[in-house]
Amino acid sequence: MPPILSAQQLNLWYGAHQALHNINIDIPEKNITALIGPSGCGKSTFLKTLNRMNDLIDGVKITGSVTYEGADIYDPSTDVNELRRSIGMVFQKPNPFPMSIYDNIAYGPRTHGIKNKAKLDEIVEQSLRGAAIWDEVKDRLKKNALGLSGGQQQRLCIARALAVKPKVLLMDEPTSALDPISTSRIEDLAMQLREQYTIVIVTHNMQQAVRISDNTAFFLLGELVEVGQTEKIFSQPQDKRTEDYITGRFG
Amino acid sequence: MMRYRFDEQLNELNSEMIRMGALCEEVIALAAKALDEGDRALAKRVAPLDTQIDQKERTIETLCLRLLLQQQPVARDLRQISAALKMITDMERIGDQAEDIAEIVLFLDGRPSEHNGLLQQMARAAITMVTNSVDAFVKRDTHLATQVVRSDDTVDQYFSDIKQSLITKISENPADGAYFLDCLMIAKYFERIADHAVNIAQWVIFSVTGVHEEGAT
Repeated sequence: MPPILSAQQLNLWYGAHQALHNINIDIPEKNITALIGPSGCGKSTFLKTLNRMNDLIDGVKITGSVTYEGADIYDPSTDVNELRRSIGMVFQKPNPFPMSIYDNIAYGPRTHGIKNKAKLDEIVEQSLRGAAIWDEVKDRLKKNALGLSGGQQQRLCIARALAVKPKVLLMDEPTSALDPISTSRIEDLAMQLREQYTIVIVTHNMQQAVRISDNTAFFLLGELVEVGQTEKIFSQPQDKRTEDYITGRFG
Repeated sequence: MMRYRFDEQLNELNSEMIRMGALCEEVIALAAKALDEGDRALAKRVAPLDTQIDQKERTIETLCLRLLLQQQPVARDLRQISAALKMITDMERIGDQAEDIAEIVLFLDGRPSEHNGLLQQMARAAITMVTNSVDAFVKRDTHLATQVVRSDDTVDQYFSDIKQSLITKISENPADGAYFLDCLMIAKYFERIADHAVNIAQWVIFSVTGVHEEGAT
């Protein structure tokens, strides 16, 4: 199966500072790929190149290519809104909109032109079920989403991402602000979502990468040092820098 | 230095493993000497040593479990700790088998074994394997570990030779069959000790390389 996402000879500069150096990586479909590495290593930057979130930052220059389902996403003909619909994103800090739970989920589909109430109801339920939060919120869909706990808010944000029927979910440290129980629920959810979606997750929690990911990519100083099956990376890393990082010898 | 405490704990694990390995070498050397000399007093010193080995196993287990819990080790660290956990089981069995040999020596009550020559050669080969497997662990020496795995054939050959010669003895002198079977038991214990040394050596190789080579035993 060809990779759903692929970066080839990808370089990225923030102004004069080069943040990514010649990244080459294939992201397999319906897998969880974990990006690990010390702060400032480029893993979040790389994540954002996958749905062009870096476009929003001034002074960013990118060379090389990122292909999604075989097409170069940096090609001028790419519809960025459509790209971000297909490749959704969940951030470190849950960021529900200050509106009802229902409207949070319906927001995306509405902007994509769905007005039919029954259709929206269906999408809202499906998305909330998909994010394993339906049972907790089904009786208070009209309540403000900001009243939910941190863990619930994060699952709501995942539901919101699912509502526009993406194929890929990018997660940038989605559990770093959550308690262990909420973290465990998000991890379980990620494992379920992996049946239908491709997930790329940035995490500082090495054990989380071990627990949930199929593949792990280790970034250091803007370079992709090593990528491979998670079990292999965490049992027999090939590169000494990977070994030193995951065993806590630096970082 | 990012992981002072972790490295300290790993060093402690290493020291305890070396101590347990030394006890194993000591216990089988003692059992072999008691057998060679038919010395009951020596044979009686084996059981307390075995008890020490058992205690060491508990200590190392506790240490490994604490390391797993506190440090959530990966890569080389994980291999070292999991290999240690597997190796101490084999080391503990070496102690048990040395004690089994000593019990037979006590039972034979100083009767010299007609097979002492071959048995002693076999014992020396087995002791060398145990010593080398422990050394290989200490020095992370895969070459030495591989040598241990290979030398198992020699010990197996000794066992086979001893067995053949005992079969002849039993047919010549059926009335003394029980005694010859005791000799066979001793040979079997040494053969098992060599197998445990092979297991230890294989875990050493795994600990260093991440690959566990099956099928050598």
